[in-house]
Amino acid sequence: MLEKMTIPTSPNGYAQLAADVLARAKACGATEADIVVADGETFSVQVRVGSVDRLTKAREKRLGLRVFIGKRSATTSTSDFSRASLDRLVADTCTLAGAVVEDTVSGLPDAAQMASEQPDLDLYDETVLDTDTQIDWAKRGEAAAFATDSRVTNSEGAEFDSSSGRVVLANSHGFMGAYKSSNFSLSVSPIAVDSATGAMQRDAWYQVQRKFARLASAESIGQEAARRAIRRLGARKVATKRVPVVFDQETAGSLLANLCSAVSGYGLYKRASFLLDQLGQTIASDLMTIYDDGRMVGGFGSRPFDGEGLATRKNTIVERGVLKSYLLDTYSGKKLGLPSTGNASRSVGESPSVGPTNFYLVPGVKSQQEIIGSIQEGLFVTELIGFGINMVTGDYSRGACGFWIENGELAYPVEEITIAGNLKQMLKDIDVVGSDLVFRGRIASPTVKICEMMVAGN
Amino acid sequence: MPEPVQLTTFGVTELEAQHALDRVKVRDVEYADLYFESRTSESVSMEEGIVKRAAKSVSQGVGVRATAGEKTGFAYSDELTKRDLEIAADTARYIANSPKGNSSVPVPTQRRPTRDLYPIERAKAEVATAERVALLNEIDAEARRYDPRIKNVMASFNTEYKVVVVATSDGTLVSDIQPLSRLQITCIAEDQDNRQVGSFGGGGRVAFTYYREDNRHLSYAREAAREAILNLSAVDAPAGVMPVVLAGGWPGILLHEAIGHGLEADFNRKKTSAFSSLIGKRVASDVCTIVDDGTLPFRRGSLNMDDEGTPTGCTTLIEKGILRGYITDKLNARLMGIPLTGNGRRENYQSVVLPRMTNTFMLAGESDPQDIIRSVKKGLYAVSFGGGQVDITNGKFVFSASEAYLIEDGQITKPVKGATLIGNGPEILTKVSMVGHDLKLDNGIGTCGKDGQSVPVGVGLPTIKVDEITVGGTQR
Repeated sequence: MLEKMTIPTSPNGYAQLAADVLARAKACGATEADIVVADGETFSVQVRVGSVDRLTKAREKRLGLRVFIGKRSATTSTSDFSRASLDRLVADTCTLAGAVVEDTVSGLPDAAQMASEQPDLDLYDETVLDTDTQIDWAKRGEAAAFATDSRVTNSEGAEFDSSSGRVVLANSHGFMGAYKSSNFSLSVSPIAVDSATGAMQRDAWYQVQRKFARLASAESIGQEAARRAIRRLGARKVATKRVPVVFDQETAGSLLANLCSAVSGYGLYKRASFLLDQLGQTIASDLMTIYDDGRMVGGFGSRPFDGEGLATRKNTIVERGVLKSYLLDTYSGKKLGLPSTGNASRSVGESPSVGPTNFYLVPGVKSQQEIIGSIQEGLFVTELIGFGINMVTGDYSRGACGFWIENGELAYPVEEITIAGNLKQMLKDIDVVGSDLVFRGRIASPTVKICEMMVAGN
Repeated sequence: MPEPVQLTTFGVTELEAQHALDRVKVRDVEYADLYFESRTSESVSMEEGIVKRAAKSVSQGVGVRATAGEKTGFAYSDELTKRDLEIAADTARYIANSPKGNSSVPVPTQRRPTRDLYPIERAKAEVATAERVALLNEIDAEARRYDPRIKNVMASFNTEYKVVVVATSDGTLVSDIQPLSRLQITCIAEDQDNRQVGSFGGGGRVAFTYYREDNRHLSYAREAAREAILNLSAVDAPAGVMPVVLAGGWPGILLHEAIGHGLEADFNRKKTSAFSSLIGKRVASDVCTIVDDGTLPFRRGSLNMDDEGTPTGCTTLIEKGILRGYITDKLNARLMGIPLTGNGRRENYQSVVLPRMTNTFMLAGESDPQDIIRSVKKGLYAVSFGGGQVDITNGKFVFSASEAYLIEDGQITKPVKGATLIGNGPEILTKVSMVGHDLKLDNGIGTCGKDGQSVPVGVGLPTIKVDEITVGGTQR
């Protein structure tokens, strides 16, 4: 059996470590500084065609330091926590900061703004699974996909992952925050074969939960994955034409992610977003109300404080189509003359950027079936591929697959087509929002329908 | 030739490495390796005319891997003590059915590197931050000088210095030092309400001096500015099937997406690739010969050895239209009984080895590029691309143009807005009817993602004509 790896340093140890490094940065000439320490362990098992394909187990730790010397700043990171390494890190950071240009708006948030309370958002599950249990989950998920239909003849495999970690953030204002989180996930990727043509189709289904006990059965995931692969068999191209387009929850989530980037502070002040100067303006259909809620209990994007130590909160981003708030951290907020919205996101070795917490579109009343049922001829999109999105102009052109809708029914699967438009118009052209909101990640959307887009095929 | 890097650089003795390999290589384990890596990354970036950001990151660790049949056991650690190596070894060998009964591992002997494709002294790769700042300042000025409608310039310079030592159960102990750098520039152009973006970049396993040779950095700045200004006058892209002429260089991303991934051995061993049963079969027209070559000096996708210690090579993937071979790592070459091509790569010590591309390109043909354009009555001429993606299993791939023009009656006319091109991998190259004599490799900007791992790669292409492909524009 594998032993559970333990991280020897206690949270208090990291608090002491963080305080020491901050003190050394100050001695080195830093006027302000903050530090992030993250550690964690991960276990991953991949099973393919009934046997274990890959087992991975690891623990990691990383420390990131950001210093300000007046209005100059630099950021560094290391995985080596030895005294010599950290001394070198502090010296390097201060030298780097001295080499860049003064940036008048740079700096930590004001001391008075730091999060004063750190609620437990129920992000952590201490369940430790043994290796055989995790292998069993992956095997059962894949076996269920094979058992669902004889046309499932191969597999990219099934993967079960469990991970847990801890983040400590401290700064020279005296702020010190910490939280733990965990994730358990299962994904299954079966391959179905069309016996007549030999053509293969792959699809996948997955689930992720912060608590192990909340996972649905492995079998239900395998069955859904198989259903999704089989329904793609016999896919064909369609003729080029303008039609209504329905996006399922996953692909609608990708549209929401595009909107999320367009209202993020860094793209806005760099003038690299298609939604410049739109605060208070109608940017989307009046069916659209979008929240970003950093305090949702057990949420995938929840955290008690953001990447700068400010309290997270629930922000209204879009209300009945009107843009009410951007997503901002302190720096991008200052550039735009606005306060932070508590959306600083922080990778250990980088200065803060902006990211969503739990960013979601409020559901409407119609089911996906009702939405499809209302369409004479159109496209139901279930997968999008490629990077054909220009965030500066909103121009949008992506590879798609899904189903052709005829007389309110899914008539046949389609592939090797593209859908194109401009996001500015697409957001306004959303004429139905579905009722089926499910959180499967930090960005979540119900099914949506866009009244018309160009579909390119034959 | 460079001096080999000693394991002691990582605070590990050869005996400890030997002990760890012995511990991993229990009876059912056919192969095991230790991958020691130390990486220093640095970046400086500018926007709004100010070099605001500088960052540096240092990481070091070991990945321990055991393979038994199709199975891989893998563990990694950022601590390199004897005890950490033992824990990682025990985890990796869990994959073997029977954890008892060690078989002996040959004592690894340090092999001297046999070549150096990127002979750069560390001192030349590492320059003072002030010099990098000066480079970015000149770029900003040059881009703004190109046209007053350039309103913002975002430029970044990234370097990485990676030292690796690979110790394997087949008796290899080998090291490499892998420098890598990249300069990337994005310009925003504004003309009243019309805002557009243009970008350009390049790099490789090169010294800092590379960027200043012949003012290369300034030519990059002008290219980024030119693309942004050009796009101010772009018209909507057409939709539907039409002939497309791809310019040389970076449009070789077509090969990477359409056939490259589909020829990685792991997908073919698992028979999940659309190319699984096509060796020896025609998958391209007879003007197409495509190789994957990891041995080109100073190139971003090149390596002296892959991440399993195998020297990289030049593998013919498609010869005059016929599919010849796959690219392999040790696991897949062994299981499939096919040659080892030196394509076993990993992003870092925290990742497993997968068969990956290096520099993938089509050899030059005989057509005059001007004749190729003249042969098209109505179609698209695509010069630069953003990213691409492929579904290995059904073969459908996309790649998105960032600079393209209409071809009307054999002449390049209006610039068009970006559009995604979509096709079917096993079919698309059968539609290549003309190949230019102007093979060009890209400038060194490619990063390939697979299974969540990113590795630097190169592509290349002469000017080619694809008789028909679906263009995902908005206009009929």
